[in-house]
Amino acid sequence: MSAKTAPGPAPSLLGSISPGRKIKDKVVQGLVYLAFVIAMIPLVSVLWMVITRGVARLDMTFFTKSMNGVAGRDAGGGAYHAIIGTLEQVAISTVIAVPLAILTAIYLVEYGRDKRLARVISFFVDVMTGIPSIVAGLFILALWLLTFGFSFSGFAGSLALTILMLPTVVRATEEMLKLVPNDLREASYALGVPRWRTVCFVVLPTAFTGIVTGVMLAVARVMGETAPLLLTIFVTKAINNNPFEGPQGALPTFIWDQASDPNTNAIDRAWTGALTLIAIIMLLNLAARMITRRRKIASR
Amino acid sequence: MTSDTGVESSVAATSAGAAQRRMSTGRAGDKIFANGALGSGVLLLAIMAAIAVFLIWKAIPALQANEANFVTDQEWNPNAAPPTFGIAQLAFGTVISSFLALIMATPVAIGIALFITYYAPKRLASGLGYIVDLLAAVPSIVYGLWGLTFLVTKMDDVAVFLNDYFGWIPLFGGDSVGGRSIFTASVVLAIMILPIISSISREVFAQVPTANIEAALALGATRWEMIRMAVLPFGRSGMISASMLGLGRALGETIAVAMVLSTAAGISIHVLKDGGNTIAGNIANSFAEASETGRGALIASGLVLFLITLIVNMGARAIVARRKEFV
Repeated sequence: MSAKTAPGPAPSLLGSISPGRKIKDKVVQGLVYLAFVIAMIPLVSVLWMVITRGVARLDMTFFTKSMNGVAGRDAGGGAYHAIIGTLEQVAISTVIAVPLAILTAIYLVEYGRDKRLARVISFFVDVMTGIPSIVAGLFILALWLLTFGFSFSGFAGSLALTILMLPTVVRATEEMLKLVPNDLREASYALGVPRWRTVCFVVLPTAFTGIVTGVMLAVARVMGETAPLLLTIFVTKAINNNPFEGPQGALPTFIWDQASDPNTNAIDRAWTGALTLIAIIMLLNLAARMITRRRKIASR
Repeated sequence: MTSDTGVESSVAATSAGAAQRRMSTGRAGDKIFANGALGSGVLLLAIMAAIAVFLIWKAIPALQANEANFVTDQEWNPNAAPPTFGIAQLAFGTVISSFLALIMATPVAIGIALFITYYAPKRLASGLGYIVDLLAAVPSIVYGLWGLTFLVTKMDDVAVFLNDYFGWIPLFGGDSVGGRSIFTASVVLAIMILPIISSISREVFAQVPTANIEAALALGATRWEMIRMAVLPFGRSGMISASMLGLGRALGETIAVAMVLSTAAGISIHVLKDGGNTIAGNIANSFAEASETGRGALIASGLVLFLITLIVNMGARAIVARRKEFV
């Protein structure tokens, strides 16, 4: 866009810009730069603190031991139980949410175009994006735990995360499917390929990398969710490898638990937990970025 | 897209007899697949409906047992012998902290969006956008931890300063101000909603017709005048809906607020004072000790939060949708 290059004034013919206008322009420019700097302060501060304070407990014990029998003031103890829990819960919710979300997106783009139902679904997907995570947790509490009578488990947590993941993946997939050129679909129909095969073997593979990116970003987002997990998996300090039975740990709830303890050893563990969590999330984000980037270069 | 595939495949079938069989499987597959896609779409709607239904259903017993007025009472004692609880203080804390966050975040976020779209060198723009998006990637629990151990101590001084010099404004008045206040919570919230507001504003700014921009520049407008005349009027509704979506995010934010606030009872307009509480923060903090009625009461408060965010989000989406029709 030509707007990026500063407008070169032509003072010789039209007269120069009056000082008042010039000053106003410069002031706004200064404010806009300032806005960016202001936004960088918390980001740098958070990352700096997480790294410097998280390094203190970054040892093997942290990744191989649980908090079982470790009191808040004790040194040692680790987040093994929490890491296991987070990985299992996020994996389960991915397995549930991704197929559902992709099918919904396929309905919205391939089957439901211009239908009223599709518009309604699309609207509520948007609304669902705005559901507070704690409400998703309360819903699973009300449905799964209080109505169906199951007890706290990692799986209940996965269900809550699924609700948070669904709309994000639907949106991402929908955007990607819309980008698939119609020529491809029509070429496939012209060869006599049924519609579902066209979708499965022509449309989806074309949009594949984009969908993977969307899924990874969604995974990264739900991985850091704490509130719904507090209500559904409860808190345990012991290792529980079975997500379907008994309370399970998770990294965010581990941080929450340790941070509420005033002892320095506990606070240190909380920071290392935060470092671990942020590292996983940033890696997922970076990987998603790389995939998008590679695709852009390839399509050029 | 609109053509019936059956017709097309029958043309193919005349040339190859073997395709006859494949065509029929294709039809069955088509039906299964189409219904599967439709089914998951409908399931999504069902989940939305179920959220409302189950929250209401599980909230009713607690609301019936409630001895106080749920709407006006300020105390939250659902675990007491005759349970008494009201949403007034929590709703007040939620709304005021989110609005303060919105007021702080919106100008900065729009500034960032303008910076990335119109001021930053073009080659850096997408990288800078990614850096701002990183703010959104930091989990709320980490913001909570950061707020609790770092920001709270800094905000102590800020609160004293504001109270000393601007104490005549009722919002900043009161005595014994501190760091674990509604004000600090809203600063954390403002940081958390910055990326969503700025990324949506960026999308809107990217859609401003180049012709308008060039016309403004050709008339001799400075960069700021071009933005004021061409960009901001075009993006107004987009910016409004972006900040409303940010508001929705702030209203529902739980963990960071729960960690930063030191909870105290009672509605107070003095946002610099330690204490205050929000709906979401209260759920996180008091769930572990909640009795059966207590859980019901928390679900009832969650229902209120759900309704507030629903209204805000639907309003934002409606603005976006109306704008799409115009363009």
